[in-house]
Amino acid sequence: MDVCTFEKVGIRGTNIVVLGVEKKSVAKLQDERTVRKICALDDHVCMAFAVLTIFIGLTADARVVINRARVECQSHKLTVEGPVTVEYITRFIATLKQKYTQSNGRRPFGISALIVGFDDDGISRLYQTDPSGTYHAWKANAIGRSAKTVREFLEKNYTEDAIASDSEAIKLAIKALLEVVQSGGKNIELAIIRRNQPLKMFSAKEVELYVTEIEKEKEEAEKKKSKKSV
Amino acid sequence: MALQDVCKWQSPDTQGPSPHLPRAGGWAVPRGCDPQTFLQIHGPRLAHGTTTLAFRFRHGVIAAADTRSSCGSYVACPASCKVIPVHQHLLGTTSGTSADCATWYRVLQRELRLRELREGQLPSVASAAKLLSAMMSQYRGLDLCVATALCGWDRSGPELFYVYSDGTRLQGDIFSVGSGSPYAYGVLDRGYRYDMSTQEAYALARCAVAHATHRDAYSGGSVDLFHVRESGWEHVSRSDACVLYVELQKLLEPEPEEDASHAHPEPATAHRAAEDRELSVGSGEVTPGDSRMPAGTETV
Repeated sequence: MDVCTFEKVGIRGTNIVVLGVEKKSVAKLQDERTVRKICALDDHVCMAFAVLTIFIGLTADARVVINRARVECQSHKLTVEGPVTVEYITRFIATLKQKYTQSNGRRPFGISALIVGFDDDGISRLYQTDPSGTYHAWKANAIGRSAKTVREFLEKNYTEDAIASDSEAIKLAIKALLEVVQSGGKNIELAIIRRNQPLKMFSAKEVELYVTEIEKEKEEAEKKKSKKSV
Repeated sequence: MALQDVCKWQSPDTQGPSPHLPRAGGWAVPRGCDPQTFLQIHGPRLAHGTTTLAFRFRHGVIAAADTRSSCGSYVACPASCKVIPVHQHLLGTTSGTSADCATWYRVLQRELRLRELREGQLPSVASAAKLLSAMMSQYRGLDLCVATALCGWDRSGPELFYVYSDGTRLQGDIFSVGSGSPYAYGVLDRGYRYDMSTQEAYALARCAVAHATHRDAYSGGSVDLFHVRESGWEHVSRSDACVLYVELQKLLEPEPEEDASHAHPEPATAHRAAEDRELSVGSGEVTPGDSRMPAGTETV
């Protein structure tokens, strides 16, 4: 079966967490805004999911999981008077997915998810869950069709300097996506959470700004190299 | 799920509070009665009287209580412990029905321990208070009576919450609960400062409970004192209430002269020996007057 899915990248910076997804090119008459792959679970946590099989219907699975997670975030606030930690909500989603792998009459959720956010103690977190119900914490990760390539790129380029400033972390996410995304910045959707601030979705223009900056940096790096060699 | 829906079977909720507690609102009453009215007419008359107090200051949270368990006019136990530890950094003062308090504290201990194991850290005092009030509010109207102050030290420092069995949950710096609380509040409001030293705080707490036991018939026995610090809770002292009160009165007197100090021990021994409350109250009132008069005449 062809694993046909679009790339998702998550990066955990010091003061910021970044989620980048490859946008599916929409039909002319379709309204872009209804195709959402990044969702806020609460003020300080958001989730991006990747669909794992060729069936389109599984975006619906994601909708169900996201809804349950949102309800759980609020129930937690009601019972225990405090926002969820990213680990708690990840564990909840993972437990939910696992239940569906072990009951009669149900099929597993066909989604993998990247969950990012900030905890009460101000530390950023990134978790990945898969349909079996396991979850792991990551510093930076990619899920989707060419996850391996992107992960290798991230392993090479994820350094303390790269994530120290917000703009550097954003650029790293975009660079990682550009490795595998055709047709450049038009097909990239980006969302960030800064500490103590709600989720911010980038508009196409803002993404373009970063892409042009990256291209400029690349050109300058090329020039330096060619100078040196001469 | 298809099969579950057909059979109308619900999986037990393992994340909720203890499945071993009776279902909220579930009470075995004769047919035709609803639980609330039945309890009002035929239910056991549970009397409760106590003095407990707790206050929060720079160096932690102090919890103090008397030790008399009364059932109407019968003293069931003169040396009970009304301050219950929940975990290393959390104490609860209990007032109301002793049985209810004991049970709900065990449930709270269980819930907090489970959450500690799941999350990797203990919930905060605010969370514990919220949990307790949410659990108890399900039993509203069924004559539960638990009035408690949760005292603890968590990530945000010393915290104090008052929780009542109807679901009330209040954060504050000073709480006193029980039939003796008005008397305790008088002393506390007079002497409380956030920047007290530990010794001053101990003295204030002992003074407040001693004065309350002096005036309230349902409070007495001894005075328990607990202190919650950053490193955990400790039981500071248990002192007899009458002895404590007399010592406090001694402190009030100006420069005790020879005559005054002689005059003092006799009424004091009568005070201690007296079993009957009225006699002790009488001699308590007389003593300060007696010792003050000679001192006054001396200076004049």
